[in-house]
This record gives sequence, C-alpha cells and structure tokens, in this order.
Amino acid sequence: MTTGHWIKIGHPEDVPPREGRVVDVVGHEIAVFNLGGRFVALANRCPHRGGPLADGILTATAVVCPLHGWKVDLRQGCVERPAGEAACVETYPVRVDDDTIAVCLPARRTAAGGEAA
Amino acid sequence: MTRLVVVGNGMAGMACVEHILTYQPDVAITVFGDETHTNYNRILLSSVLAGEKADDDIVLNPLDWYRRHGIRLCLGVRIVDVDPVRKTVTGDDASVTPYDTLLIATGSKAWFPPIQGLDKDGVFAFRTLDDTRELLRRSGPGVKAVVIGGGLLGLEAARGLQVQGCDVTVVHLMDRLMERQLDADGASYLHGTMEDLGIDVLLGRTTIAVLGDERAEGVALSDGTCLPADLVVVAAGIRPNVDLAVKAELTVNRGIVVNDHMETSDPDIFAVGECVEHRGVCYGLVAPLFEQAKVLAATMTGHRGPAYAGTVAASKLKIVGVDVFSAGDWSEQNAEPVRFEDRALGIYKKLTVRDGKLVGAILVGDTSDSHRYMDWLRTGADLTPQRRHLLFPPPVADAGHDVAEMAESTTVCGCVGVTKGAIIHAIHDRGVSTLSQLKECTRASTGCGSCTKLCQDLLRAVAPAFEEDAKRVICGCVPFDEQALREILRSQKLKSVQEVLEIYGNGTGCEICKPALSYMLDMLWCGDHDEDRSARFINDRVHANIQNDGTFSVIPRMRGGVTTPAELRRIADVAEKYAVRMVKVTGSQRIDLLGVKKEDLPHVWADLGMPSGQAYTKGVRMVKTCVGTEFCRFGTQDSTAAGIEMERRFEQLFTPHKVKMATVGCPRNCAEATVKDIGLVGQEGGWQVVVGGAAGKSVRKADLLTTVETTEAALEASALFFQYYREHANYLERTYDFVERIGIEKVRKDTVYATEAVRHGLLDRLRKSKARSTDAWQEGRTPRHRTQFLKLRPVDAHEVQA
Repeated sequence: MTTGHWIKIGHPEDVPPREGRVVDVVGHEIAVFNLGGRFVALANRCPHRGGPLADGILTATAVVCPLHGWKVDLRQGCVERPAGEAACVETYPVRVDDDTIAVCLPARRTAAGGEAA
Repeated sequence: MTRLVVVGNGMAGMACVEHILTYQPDVAITVFGDETHTNYNRILLSSVLAGEKADDDIVLNPLDWYRRHGIRLCLGVRIVDVDPVRKTVTGDDASVTPYDTLLIATGSKAWFPPIQGLDKDGVFAFRTLDDTRELLRRSGPGVKAVVIGGGLLGLEAARGLQVQGCDVTVVHLMDRLMERQLDADGASYLHGTMEDLGIDVLLGRTTIAVLGDERAEGVALSDGTCLPADLVVVAAGIRPNVDLAVKAELTVNRGIVVNDHMETSDPDIFAVGECVEHRGVCYGLVAPLFEQAKVLAATMTGHRGPAYAGTVAASKLKIVGVDVFSAGDWSEQNAEPVRFEDRALGIYKKLTVRDGKLVGAILVGDTSDSHRYMDWLRTGADLTPQRRHLLFPPPVADAGHDVAEMAESTTVCGCVGVTKGAIIHAIHDRGVSTLSQLKECTRASTGCGSCTKLCQDLLRAVAPAFEEDAKRVICGCVPFDEQALREILRSQKLKSVQEVLEIYGNGTGCEICKPALSYMLDMLWCGDHDEDRSARFINDRVHANIQNDGTFSVIPRMRGGVTTPAELRRIADVAEKYAVRMVKVTGSQRIDLLGVKKEDLPHVWADLGMPSGQAYTKGVRMVKTCVGTEFCRFGTQDSTAAGIEMERRFEQLFTPHKVKMATVGCPRNCAEATVKDIGLVGQEGGWQVVVGGAAGKSVRKADLLTTVETTEAALEASALFFQYYREHANYLERTYDFVERIGIEKVRKDTVYATEAVRHGLLDRLRKSKARSTDAWQEGRTPRHRTQFLKLRPVDAHEVQA
C-alpha cells in the first residue's frame, strides 16, 4: 500500500499520448507521461545536468532527456544510458479516477528519516 | 611453366592469372586482349549504361597491376591463329609469340539471331565497354530504342537506356521475361516493374528485320508490327568463343571441353571462363568462372589436386531496381513448391523441395535469405526438421546468427570471389574494422554491392572494433535502411509514425527512429500526413530551441538578414518585456533572444509579429546575403533580392538535416556562399550555383552544380538540388556528406541535367510541400494541444498541507 498524499493534477486529455507535461506540486517538479492510457510520473530533472525529462521522446520503457540523450527508465527511474550510471530519479505513483489524474507524494519524512505516522 | 601466354584479358583470365601469381610469382606472362581496356568488371556495364558508375569505377586491374607483376600486356591485338606443334600464337598484327603454356580465356560473344539488316548503323550488342560507350553516346531523351531479348542482359540494357531518357521497348521471343531464371509468377513481378518505369514489353514475338537504309530506323516483328527505332540492341544470348580452340585441335563441343581439373585435350593448353564447357555446361555467370580459375591455377602450377565439380546455377542481381535471385531447378515437376507473395510489397518467393531437399529457389523483391538457400542447395541438407521455417526463419535475437550459419568456405562476394574465411582472416590479421577497409583489403563488396549487408554483418560479428561507415539501418526499432523504408511508406501508403512502428517495427520506437520517420512521412506525402508531435524532438513540439537550462531561444525570420527599424524596435521591446537573458546577433545574420520560458513563447511570438526563423529544426534555416549591386561598388548581381526570394521559396520546409544558404553578388564571397549547403555566387552575366559546402563540424568547399544566366534559373537549379536532397538523403545527413556519398556528377545528372519529366517531378513535389507548409509560430494563437506550452495545475494542492 502506498502511503502519502494523492494530489489531483489534471485530466487524462491534458497529456497527449506518448508525451509528457510538467506539474509543480509544493517543491516537487514532476514530469507526467501518457503511455497510451497509462500514466507514469518522475521527477522532472535528469540526473546528468538537470534537463527537463518531460520534454523528452519516449521509447517503450524509457524517456530520453532532450539535452544530452541520457535515457531514464520510466518504472524505476533509473538511468539506462549511459550504461553503468547508477543514478536514479524519484518516481511517483499515479492513478486515474473519475477522469482525473492524481500523483502520490511521499509522506513527509521525520528528522530521523522514518515515515511520519 | 616458364612462358605463359594468355589469350583474353577478361575477368576469368585475369582471376586465373592472379591465382597463378600467388603460386608462382616469377612466371613470364604475356596477355593478349582484343579490347583496348585493361581488365574490367563486365557485370557492371549495366551500371555504366545507367550512369551509376564511370568507366574508371569498373576497372579490376589497372595498368599498374600488370606492370607490378611484370606482365607484358598487348591490348587491341586479336589472336587469330595457334600452332600447337610449334607452340606459337599469331596475332592479327602478324606478330608470332611462342609459349610453353597457353591459356585460352576468350569468353563469349553476343549471338545474333537470323534477322535481316543487323549490319545497319545503330545496331549494337551490349557486351563490351566500347558497346556501352557508344550506346551512351547515342542515347538520350526522345531516342527510340528497341532491345531484342528479354533475358538478364536485355533487361539491364533496357534499364540503362531508359535512365538515359530513351523510349525503350523490349521484344522477347518467349512468353515471359527472364525465362531461364524466373517462373511465370516471378516474371510477372518484374514485368509490372518494367511497365511502371515506362518500358514497353512485347512478349511472344520474333524480330524479323531491322528497317532503314544505312541507319536503323525501325524493326519489323513476326506479327506484322513495325516499331520505330534509332537504336537496336541485340541481347539474344551468348556463344562461347571457340575459334582458336578449334584451330588448336582441342576437343570442342558447344565450348572447349575441360575435365574436373580444368584440363583440355592438349596438355600444354588450358582454358577457363565462358568459353569452356564442363560436364556439358557452359556458364555465363561470374561465380563459376572464379571457381574454375582457382582450380585451374592449381593445376597449371603443378599443384594439381583441387577439382571443379560444377556450380549450382545461381544468379543474384538487381534488375530494373528489383532484387532477383534464382538458383537450381525451380520447375515444379516432381517437386513440391513452397511459396509466398505480397503484391503490394513486390515480394515473391518460391522454393522447390524434392525428397526433403531444396532443389531450386526464386526470390524477387527480397533476396536477403539467398545465402541460406544457396547453402542448402550446395550441401543438399535434409530440411525435414525445419520444414515450417523454410521461407521465414524463426526470429533470432542474435544478430550474428545468419553469418554464424555460413561455412568458412562460403562465398560472400560473388563478384570478386571472397569467402567468409578470407574476410575473417582480413579482420584478424590485418586489423580491418570498417567496410571501407574491408573493400580496400579484400576487394569484397566492390562489385555489384549486393553482399554489402553480409560483409557488414560479418564485421559486426567478428571485428573487435567494428565501426559502421554510414548508418544504414535507422535503429533496431524499425530494422530497415532508409531507402527501403521510404519505399515501404510510399507503397503501403503509410501516413503516421505510429502506424509504421506498429506494422514494421517494435510498436514503440525511440528517439532515433521517430524523428526520422516523421521527416520521411512529411517529405513523401508533401506535408499531407498525420503529423505526430510525440514523435518529434521538443524543439519541433514548441518551435523553439531548447537551451541547457530548459529555457528556449527565439529567432524570428529575417529574410536575407534584412530588417527594418520597426522590427528592431519590437525586438527590443520583447527583450525587455520578457527579460530575455541575452540578445545576440547570430552567425546567420539574424537576432536571437535567449532564455525564454516555454509558457512565454506564444506571447513572445505575438508581440514580435514576425514568422518563425526555424532556427531550432532540421529544416530550412536562412539565406545569408551581401548587399550586392544595391550598394556594393563591386557587386555584379542583386544578391540581396535573390537571397530574400530564395528564402521565401524554401522557408518553412523540413529537410533531412538543417539547410543553410547564402547568396553573394561577386566572387569576393562576403556572405560565404561557398561554404553553405546551397550557395549562389554572382558573376558578370550570371550565377554559379554551388552545393554541399560546410563550415561547421566539417569544413568543405561547395561543389559547382551549374552555371546559369538568370536569377530565376539559379533559383530553379537550387530548388532541384534542394528537393533531390530532401528525397534521397538519409535523416541527419548534411548536404556535404550527401554530395560526397552520391558524387556531384550523379547529383548533376539527377537534377540539372535530368530529363524534363524528372526535373518537373522534383519541382512539382517541392511546390506541393511548400503549398501545405505553414508558419509554425501560428500555433502561438491556435495551439495544437491545450497544454502545448503550459504546465499542468494541481487541482487541490492544499491537501498536501493537511
């Protein structure tokens, strides 16, 4: 079960198929992608030079950063290209209810690093 | 063997000499050739006729090669007699040359059927480089040509003449074309292609006479038809040249009879190539000749051992642009046919199987599996276990699989006779890692080029540091080269990227193939297609150039680099209003506003009130100009007006890569036209149109396309080249690479020197594309998608505070 806050960010038709859009939600700049009816969300910052992933071209399972072609996996947020690069970007759960897309922000962390109740 | 005399300076004879030299480099060799050229690749004469290759391109052994090996070369001398007792040959120049060993490699000659009037001027065989040159000289737009014979050679002649602009009719005795290689169905595919090209084909008819006084004016057919003809090409078959062998009292049937060691009935006289008959067969194709040459060289140099067991008759070639492969016995008598055909794709495949073994194959339109079938034919493999996969092998993820299946001794390049083993040897021992190096080192793939893909596969599989010379397959998502893809899109009438990916690719595509496919569809359908923005780079989604911080740069169009005070004022106002980080004059005589946020783009465009300069896309950038005759005291042409007009004609169009242009009013070249993709260089009384220049990653001086008198003619020549580049370049191939790859001579032939119909076609397609193009910045007012330039807004962001 995902803990955190679900935020409604728009309607499915706001993101055209195979494209991405940006949404700013309290300190998180999130890239939301439409994979043909299914939506995924990642932090909109390429681990390389901070490029806007939402502007990238999609492959079957990844997005290609428009700045220098780094390739980031859409499910895990991990860098696929260049190979051997260990960096990842944060991913956010997405659901579509009542014709509305919602992303889930992680619950705020306590000073000790555990999840807040 | 001390003194070797070779009669015949063709492919078989010289292949044999090359092998002899590897066994015995010190032998004294004299070569007689009745043609006046050094050994050339006769198979490629059709490419010369079609203008794809020049005479020099088809030379196999240049003069220097003969010199290096101490070979005495006598060209233009026909050997007319031989005395096998005194061991001498006599030339038509009355020279007498003694030999210890004689090699007869006289090849074959064109057979002229009994037709009246074949001695008239304008009647040709298509057999030698001289024939080809003469045909080239006489052919041209409007010339009527009749080709007698619809076999392989006849069709190649027909295609070449048609490319040269002639009106061509093929008259063929049989009821189908290439009846020796193709069955009725296979031939009908070829027939269709011929007619699409505008070549008339008359089947089941005999030519009875060539009409005219001294010059050919027409031909009369058996059914009473008369066809007008300025040129008559006789391609009705070949006959071995055996006259000399008869004089030497050798055993001769149809050809000079040889045994499995390639020995004739005289121990000091040998024969090789099209003039010999082995086990009752005379060969007219190149692969058997090379096999014979190898065996004979061993026999002649005292290494008698290897035997020639005959060759499975197989031909693989491109006829009128269609790949054709035919091998073995493909008749359906006592055999089970296995076939596949797809009319729309123009693909026909038939295999014949007898007792579980492959006995024959015909492939039309797609010959990529021919090596597999050739191996099955040679080895007689039992195919029962793979019966389900005869035509369509089970998909393999391993790209090296096909080459791994081939034996080391399998010939990869049939033209030059290079085996898989020889290529691997070159890779390992000579450090070959690119196709060009492989060509240089082994000469593989320097003939017809049909083995190029196989050579690359081998390099990829074997070479530790394989590098592709040129990107051929776009990417793994749609594994076709661009030429094939363009054909598929056109013939299948595909109009969206997603459709192409679903039918011919992996369904999703990637950042490499999607923009390439987007471009191809736009070009092929002249803008009348379903543009898919998701398949395009961000710059083409929002019509601005993304910068390293995710903001964009905005460059309005400023044709010819000419602006007005009012425009400059608006630009200044916009720069202040949107707090752009930098205003910069670009190298293209325009003004760049850097650091604009995506959501501000529509407003910036509206305030500027200028069209898009397309500085962000693979498309027409700008025309840089000098002031020319308007102001400059050296100007000879109004380069500013010409440049502005040029920009108007080409702007808004997409191209394989960016296209930068310039016009200059005199050869001082102030706007650097000679390092642009297209440049007009003014001179007294006209313009030079130059193409393929570069001053970026590469620096290259442009090639002269043509010289014309009027500005209109200069713009038309530019338009021809521009559209030709759009249609034939690979995606992301700049004009300077394109021109080098194609060769400026061919570019000229296909554009400014092309027939009127071809030129008209290019200009017409360009006109259509232009008519459908629009200023991209109009989307600022009417976005393609509601959120095209916008961020999404969280609906209930307050929840997070809870």
